[in-house]
Amino acid sequence: MIETERAGRTFKVRGAVVHAVRDLSFRIEPGEFVGCLGPNGAGKSTTIKMLCGILTPTSGRVRVAGLDPSRGRTALARRIGVVFGQRTTLWWDLPLRDSFELVRLLYKVDRKLFQVRLDELTEALDLGGFTRTPVRQLSLGQRMRGDLAAALLHDPEVLVLDEPTIGLDVVSKAGIRSFLLRVNAERGTTVLLTTHDLGDVERLCRRVLLIDHGRLAFDGTVGDLMATAPGQATIEEVVTRLYTRGRAAPPPVEPV
Amino acid sequence: MVRTYALLAWTWTRAAMAYRASFVIMTVLGVFITATDVAVILVIFSHTTALAGFTRDEALFLYGSAGLSFTLCDMFVSNVDKVSQHIKAGTLDTMLIRPVSTWIQLAADRFALTRAGRVLQAAAVLGYALAVLDLDARRLWMVPVMLVTGTVIFAAVWTLGGAAQFLLTDAPEVINSFTYGGGQLTQYPLSVYGRDLVRGVTYVLPLAFVNWQPALYVLDRDDPFGTPGFVRFLGPVAAAVLALLAGLAWRQGIRHYRSTGS
Repeated sequence: MIETERAGRTFKVRGAVVHAVRDLSFRIEPGEFVGCLGPNGAGKSTTIKMLCGILTPTSGRVRVAGLDPSRGRTALARRIGVVFGQRTTLWWDLPLRDSFELVRLLYKVDRKLFQVRLDELTEALDLGGFTRTPVRQLSLGQRMRGDLAAALLHDPEVLVLDEPTIGLDVVSKAGIRSFLLRVNAERGTTVLLTTHDLGDVERLCRRVLLIDHGRLAFDGTVGDLMATAPGQATIEEVVTRLYTRGRAAPPPVEPV
Repeated sequence: MVRTYALLAWTWTRAAMAYRASFVIMTVLGVFITATDVAVILVIFSHTTALAGFTRDEALFLYGSAGLSFTLCDMFVSNVDKVSQHIKAGTLDTMLIRPVSTWIQLAADRFALTRAGRVLQAAAVLGYALAVLDLDARRLWMVPVMLVTGTVIFAAVWTLGGAAQFLLTDAPEVINSFTYGGGQLTQYPLSVYGRDLVRGVTYVLPLAFVNWQPALYVLDRDDPFGTPGFVRFLGPVAAAVLALLAGLAWRQGIRHYRSTGS
């Protein structure tokens, strides 16, 4: 469903060439639920943007749902759903339901199908209370639920989420997580998400990709990930170990 | 494409209608602001009967035709020059994940029906000039041709300006001097300007084909700068070439888009 082959992306920053992502190869099968981890600036967002066609890779090959994202960007858009945790894809000044209606028209979703889908999503994400509110007045949790609904209205085969739980409280997080599991289980939607929240990984992902310095540093199940550290290490300890390989680890914070 | 544009434009219009008083004020203000341009022309002609060889009504014909093309573009296309704003805000990313043209989404973004006031004002001036000038009916076919040509040229200039911002995120001010500057330049007979400038807007950035060259044909005038007669008919060619270049530049811009850090 998602395939990258030695994919790379460089940026020129004041004359110097920066490799945001290099030699990235992985394959995600239909129906998988994959989490992508990595320290800040590791290249996670760049990878996601290459998968959606926003950024053109400078080397290698990327295929999503059988398409080259940067060449077939608009065709691909009908088949994937994209959510950015840090910014909304909804229309800021419009009420939520107007955004949904625009999505229906832009994605040419059949009116009846759309209504069925919208009712399901409204119920599953509990949107009922705020569909008439302009997006800019929504709380972060509400906005995130709205974004998720908008990304799924056209029933995409793949759902790509860049930090979907960033800044959310525990209850909102739990709601989003159970919703994502449901979408993956009931509709067989392939899900790829990036996150810094290891709870997301533990509760959601069967498989983990770890990107560091633009390269794939780990690819395996959560069990495999835990097995990289000896003994009874927690997932935080395991990931810290992987992030700090070859670097000095930050000193542990003593509990107060 | 037209359907997508209409959808987005209608959505923005509905959102703007929520503030009805502001909507009315903006529309009326638009008419008044552009009307000052006409006032300037009328003031000039209250002191003289000819401006660089053109009568008042001929000057109004030039003003109205370029003005109509320009205001139509200002209303329907000009938002494509907001590329750098959208890059900085990260909103370009969200347009790129939609299954419709990014150019259309940008052009329709925050579509303002209030700009229709300016279009109507320019159309009224053109209508007046056509009514009072004693034009050769066999040459009038050129009027719609020049309006389309002018609109395409201005749209292409705006698109080039937008495309340039994929590379130069801080270029909007420079780009304004080509778009709004072009709009101002074409309001007067080009014979008021220096020869080098007119050469530049004929052979480099073909603003002379927005109204000047075709209008010389409609008004049955020789070019004060001495270009041969066939140049009057080159407008559509110039517009097509410029539009093609703009389209290519736009595609390159999208391919070289760098997005933001997060």
